[in-house]
Amino acid sequence: MAVYVHNKGIPWEVQQNGTLAPVDHLRNERSESPTPGLVVGTEPGAGQESAMFVHAQSFEDLTADSEPTTEPEPEGETVLGESAEEEALCLGAEQETQEEQQPEVEVEEERPENRSKEEDVCSEVWRSHRKHVFVLSEAGKPIYTRYGTEEALSSTMGVMMALVSVVEADKNIIRSIHADGYKVVFLRKTPLVLVGVSQTCQSDRELTRELQYIYYQIVSLLTLTQLNHIFQHKQNYDLRRLLAGSEHLTDNLLRLLDRDPGLLLSAVTCLPLASSTRDLVSSSLQAAKAKSLVFSILLAGDRLVTLVRKKDQYLHHMDLHLLFNLVGSSSSFREGEGWTPICLPKFNTAGFFHAHISYLEPASDLCLILVSTDREDFFNLSDCKRRFLERLSRRTAYQSLKEALKCPSYSVTQVGIPELRHFLYKSKSSGLYTSPELPLPYQSLEEQERLMGLYQYLHSRLHQPTRPLRSIYRCGETENLLAWVTSGFELYLCFSPLGTKAMAVAAVNKLLKWIRREEDRLFILSPMTY
Amino acid sequence: MTLRELKVCLLGDTGVGKSSIVWRFVEDNFDPNINPTIGASFMTKTVQYQNELHKFLIWDTAGQERFRALAPMYYRGSAAAIIVYDITKEDSFQTLKNWVKELRQHGPPNIVVAIAGNKCDLSDAREVSEKDAKDYADSIHAIFVETSAKNAININEVFIEISQRIPVLDAGGGAAGNGFKLRRRPSETRTRTCC
Repeated sequence: MAVYVHNKGIPWEVQQNGTLAPVDHLRNERSESPTPGLVVGTEPGAGQESAMFVHAQSFEDLTADSEPTTEPEPEGETVLGESAEEEALCLGAEQETQEEQQPEVEVEEERPENRSKEEDVCSEVWRSHRKHVFVLSEAGKPIYTRYGTEEALSSTMGVMMALVSVVEADKNIIRSIHADGYKVVFLRKTPLVLVGVSQTCQSDRELTRELQYIYYQIVSLLTLTQLNHIFQHKQNYDLRRLLAGSEHLTDNLLRLLDRDPGLLLSAVTCLPLASSTRDLVSSSLQAAKAKSLVFSILLAGDRLVTLVRKKDQYLHHMDLHLLFNLVGSSSSFREGEGWTPICLPKFNTAGFFHAHISYLEPASDLCLILVSTDREDFFNLSDCKRRFLERLSRRTAYQSLKEALKCPSYSVTQVGIPELRHFLYKSKSSGLYTSPELPLPYQSLEEQERLMGLYQYLHSRLHQPTRPLRSIYRCGETENLLAWVTSGFELYLCFSPLGTKAMAVAAVNKLLKWIRREEDRLFILSPMTY
Repeated sequence: MTLRELKVCLLGDTGVGKSSIVWRFVEDNFDPNINPTIGASFMTKTVQYQNELHKFLIWDTAGQERFRALAPMYYRGSAAAIIVYDITKEDSFQTLKNWVKELRQHGPPNIVVAIAGNKCDLSDAREVSEKDAKDYADSIHAIFVETSAKNAININEVFIEISQRIPVLDAGGGAAGNGFKLRRRPSETRTRTCC
């Protein structure tokens, strides 16, 4: 067993061009460029006016704020004492159960969510979960576990905190433990400690990034100011009291992290929609403004229809994902109009926004989120919604929008590349991505997560901090994959295993041209502000 | 016929069935797998009471601890509060008493309080006796009913009783003037055409 410990972290490379607005002189080149997209701001899907998100350019942006690399370079390698070994044994004892684990996961999904909480933490089923996530306070008190109950895990979490403390006592920081096919990743975010235990082939970096999402999810419920305040006053406070009733948000976020490419790519996908329709929806939303309104967001299920923001205020894609998660995991917004405080941690960890959340029609997938700074402004925002809906329903755009909802995705066959099965394309400057629906071989949950796992692997290779790659081609028994990153876009392609590399490379050009042709429909090219 | 807007808020421990009561009242619907309310949810329903129309503006608040501090925003200026407990959970009845205290101290002076002992279909698992709850309600002059949102027992009755207890129109203005901002905008601004 090796424990990788770092005493001096290498800061993650920070994107020089941190602000998102595409450089002006590049815009003119937009349509002339025959193989588009090698330069940021000209790639298919790049916004014309200005971007909607802050820092949506790269993976690094997401974590650049404070996270040193977790790349294990054993420069300060230490072997810990008994307690660490026990921990590793406890978690890594049953390697052979790995084969059983896949069907187990499937069963898990079919059961109601709360069932996984009742699991016996000593059982094989519990141990064989692919990815565990634990959150604890610095006093070692359990706050959240993905599986089983927190009470049953208080001693396990105590051991985790002990590990963190022992290493810190030597002025070191524990990053990860690799043992028996398990990775145990630690993320210390005062006043919380997050621990991920994974049997997947994801890198430490990816796992740490997922833990950050969980951390921000908790901050979005309470604000960091409140978190700090609580633990400064009472170190052994049981935070579950304040998080009660929101566990399903964290559960759902973890599921999204396993399945939703948007969280991997740090990007959001849009509902395919004729640009004229989208512009009309956007302008109706733009017209229904209020003084306290900062963001108006219209969602169709897990896709963005449009986003209108206050001038000079940008939404971080991570905050948007947290909003998606909030809406997607709560049926309670289905009835009436919701009004809830929410902290958007990438905007400001100290304060709450107040979100008016409602569906446009009772059975519709269209959900409107109006984010305001004033907690007393509910009826103003309710009025904004009414005005938006009135304006929208006077136009045919509303009908076209409802039509578009019927086919929220598209088939990869539309591209016309026979061997191409699936792809992810992210326009870096707009922070938006597009992807066809999953084809037949990947429709089961198990296969879907396997494909996501492959994309995650390619992603981590491309963004490896010490040796980043421009492109990677990977041949497998069941599929061939190609990933390519330029300053303008990121592209991941999945081909049938019968294809060749030359064919894959040829497909890239054809696909980019197709995306360029369809970009009006697939992306939000002209984001609006009030 | 005159239309009166009556602001009603629901308070009580998490999971006692506040949202279910509102859904039953507004939509005549019941969902056993409902998620916890996040923040608060606003719904309206208009019913006829004698020769008036009563439009209930209902604030269904979240029972979770982290939203506790927001409650004053909702009960301030309310004409009535329905405090809900779960007859199968003694704790939720204790929480109810705390809500009553809080309303006494910080709520509007003439707020109508209704106590609803929900989940009365689960009387096998009862922990709070009907008599104790009734005695307590009488001692604070509150409306008392045992309800079941699941089986639609006594749900409409709670609101009817609230309508009965609301002071007649002239005397009813007292609660509205306490600097409560979370309310409908005055009607003249609402008639403005949008843009």
